[in-house]
Amino acid sequence: MEATLNSIIAAAAPLVIATMGETITEKSGVVNLSLEGSLRLSAMTGFVVAFWVGHALVGFAAAAVIGALIAAIIASTSIKLKLNQIAVGFVLTLLAADLASFLGDSFVGERGPRVPALPIPVLSDIPFVGKVLFDHDLVVYGSFLAIGVTWWVFYRTRAGLNLQGVGERPEGAFARGVKVNTLRFWYTVLGGAMVGIAGAAYSLDVKLGWRETLTLNLGWIALAIVIFGGWHPLRVAFGAYLFGALQVLAFQLQDVFPGLAQVLPVAPFPLMILALVFVYSSGFRKFGDQFPRLRGLLGGAAPAAMGTVFERE
Amino acid sequence: MRSLRTATPTLLSLAAAFAFGIVLLLLAGAPPFEALWLLVEGSFGSASKISATLLAWSPLLLASAGLVITFAAGLWNIGVEGQIIVGAIAATWVARSLPGPLWVILPATIVAGAIGGLLWALIVGVLKTYGGVHEIFGGLGLDFVAAGLAVYLVLGPWQRTGVASTSGTDIFREEAWMPELEALGTGWPVVPVVLGLASVFIVWLLLRGTRFGLRLKAVGRNPQSSFLLGIPTNSYMLGAFAIGGALAGIAGTVQATGFHHKLVPAVSGGYGFLGILVVLLASFSAAWIAPIALFFVAISVGSTQLDLRLGLDSAFGGVLQGVIVLFVMIGGAWSARRVSASPTAAGEP
Repeated sequence: MEATLNSIIAAAAPLVIATMGETITEKSGVVNLSLEGSLRLSAMTGFVVAFWVGHALVGFAAAAVIGALIAAIIASTSIKLKLNQIAVGFVLTLLAADLASFLGDSFVGERGPRVPALPIPVLSDIPFVGKVLFDHDLVVYGSFLAIGVTWWVFYRTRAGLNLQGVGERPEGAFARGVKVNTLRFWYTVLGGAMVGIAGAAYSLDVKLGWRETLTLNLGWIALAIVIFGGWHPLRVAFGAYLFGALQVLAFQLQDVFPGLAQVLPVAPFPLMILALVFVYSSGFRKFGDQFPRLRGLLGGAAPAAMGTVFERE
Repeated sequence: MRSLRTATPTLLSLAAAFAFGIVLLLLAGAPPFEALWLLVEGSFGSASKISATLLAWSPLLLASAGLVITFAAGLWNIGVEGQIIVGAIAATWVARSLPGPLWVILPATIVAGAIGGLLWALIVGVLKTYGGVHEIFGGLGLDFVAAGLAVYLVLGPWQRTGVASTSGTDIFREEAWMPELEALGTGWPVVPVVLGLASVFIVWLLLRGTRFGLRLKAVGRNPQSSFLLGIPTNSYMLGAFAIGGALAGIAGTVQATGFHHKLVPAVSGGYGFLGILVVLLASFSAAWIAPIALFFVAISVGSTQLDLRLGLDSAFGGVLQGVIVLFVMIGGAWSARRVSASPTAAGEP
C-alpha cells in the first residue's frame, strides 16, 4: 500500500508540474495547445543535454528553455500578430514532436545521468506518511512545491488577483492599470518552462533515456486534466494523481487483465468529457446558484477571456 | 496587384522554411541538397512512386475537404483523426461480413465509412451544441476513444487468425479491395483519387455557390448575429460536422480497403492532423487544397527515402511541413500588419 502510493506520487510528478504550468497559462487567458509536442521536444533536449554535460540539472534547464521558447512563440504571435492561438499551438504540436523524433533519433538507447534519490532526513522516518510523501527525489518535491505555490499565488496574493483578472476580464484589469499583454506573455512563458521541466523529468527521472514514444499522448492528457480540474490547482493536481493511479494500476494489472491495461490509458478522455458535460448541465448550474461555495469546489468554468486577443481600443 | 502583394510574403516564408530545413539537415550531418532531392525522387521518381503518392494524396484530400467545411462553420474539428478511424472500422466491418462481388462491396464500404465518420463527428457536434463541450476537447477525447476501439478490435474480436497482433486484422478477401487500374507496370489508385478530387470539388461548390454554404460561412463568422437573423446555428454546425465526418470516414475507407487491405491500429495514417495543416496553409479555402495536399504528401512519401538512403529519421518530412505552415502563417500576419498600418489598407482579407 505504502509502496503503491509512493509510486503513484512519483509517477504523477511530471504530469503535476506540466498541468500546473498549463493551468497558470490558461488562467492568464492564453491556451498553449502545444503540450504534446512541447513535452516530447523538451524530454529529448533535456536528455541529450544532460547526456553531453553529464549532469541532470543542466538537462532540466535546457528543457525549461525549450518549453519557454515554444510558449513564447504562441504568446508573441497571438499578442503581436493576432494569430489564432489554437492554430499556432496545433502547428507547434506536430512540429515539435517531429523535431524531437528527427534530432533525437541517434540518442535512442543511450543512458543518461539520473536525478538522485533524496529521502528527507527526519520526515521520511515517519511511519506511512514518511514513506509515501518524503522518500522521493527533487522532481517529486518540486511537484509538491508547484501545487502549493500555484494555489497560494492564485488565491492569496495580489499577483494572483491580477493574473485571474487578465484571464477573466482583461478590459477591467487594463482599466485598473494592469499590463494585460505583458502579464500574459510572461505567464505563458512560465507555464511553458514548467512543461519543459516536466518533459525532462520523463527522460531523466521517470525513465532513464529517450525514445519517441516516451511521452506519447501525455501532453494531450495534461490538457484534458486541466479541464477536468476546472482550472483550479488543487483539483487539477487531483486529476493528475488520479491519472498516475490509473497508470500504476494498469501496469500492475497488465498480467492479470491484459484487456483492462489497454483500456485504462484512454480513460481520462471520456472522464474529461463527462466532467465538462456535468459542469455545463442546467442541473449543476441551478445547484451552483444555491451553493456558490460548492460550485467553486466541484466545477470551474474556463477563464472567460481564454484564447482571445486583448486589444486596447 | 493584390495577388502579388499576398504572394510575396508567402514565397519569402516558403524560402525561409526551406532554409530552416537545410540548416537542420546540416545539423544532422546530412548532405542537404541530396536529401531534398530524395524527397522529390522518393515521391515522383518512378511510376510506382507516383502511384503511391497519389494513393496517399486521396485520404488527405478527403480529410482536408471535410475540414474546410467545419472550419467554414468556425469549428475546430480536431476529432477528424477519430472520424477517419471509425470510418475505417465501419468499412472493415462491411468488408469482413458482406458477401458478394466487388460492385456490391465497393459502394457498401464507402457508404459504411461515410456513416461511421458522420456518426462519430455528430457525437462531437451534439456535445458542442447541446452539452457545452468545446469541440476541440470533445473531438480530442473521441480521437483517443476511437484509437482505443481500433486497438481493441484488432487484438480482440477481429484478431488475426492464429495469434493476435498489433500488425492488424487478417487481409480482406480481394473483392473488398479498392480496384486499381493496371498501367505502366503498376496499379493506379483511380477510385481513391476520384473520391478525393470529387470531395474537394463538391466542397468548393457548396461553399461558393449555395445558400447552405453562404449561411454556413455566416455562422462561422458570427454565430450570435446569424442566430438573430434567423439561421438555425446549431443545425448548421451539426450539418458541418456531419459532412466533415462523412468525408473523413470515406478517407478511413480508402485507408482500410484501398491501402492497408486490413484494419491496423494506426489506420488513420495521421492524415486528419496533416489535413488541418493543409487547410491552415490554404487559409481555409477549398481552391488551394488539391495542390497543397499533393505538395504535403509528396514530402511525407518522399521522406521515407531519407530513412532508407541516408539513415535519417523520416520525421524530417513532418518538421518541414510544420515549419512551412508556421512560417507562412507568421509571414502572412506580419505583412498584413504592415499593410494595415498604412492608411490605404482594407481591413478584412
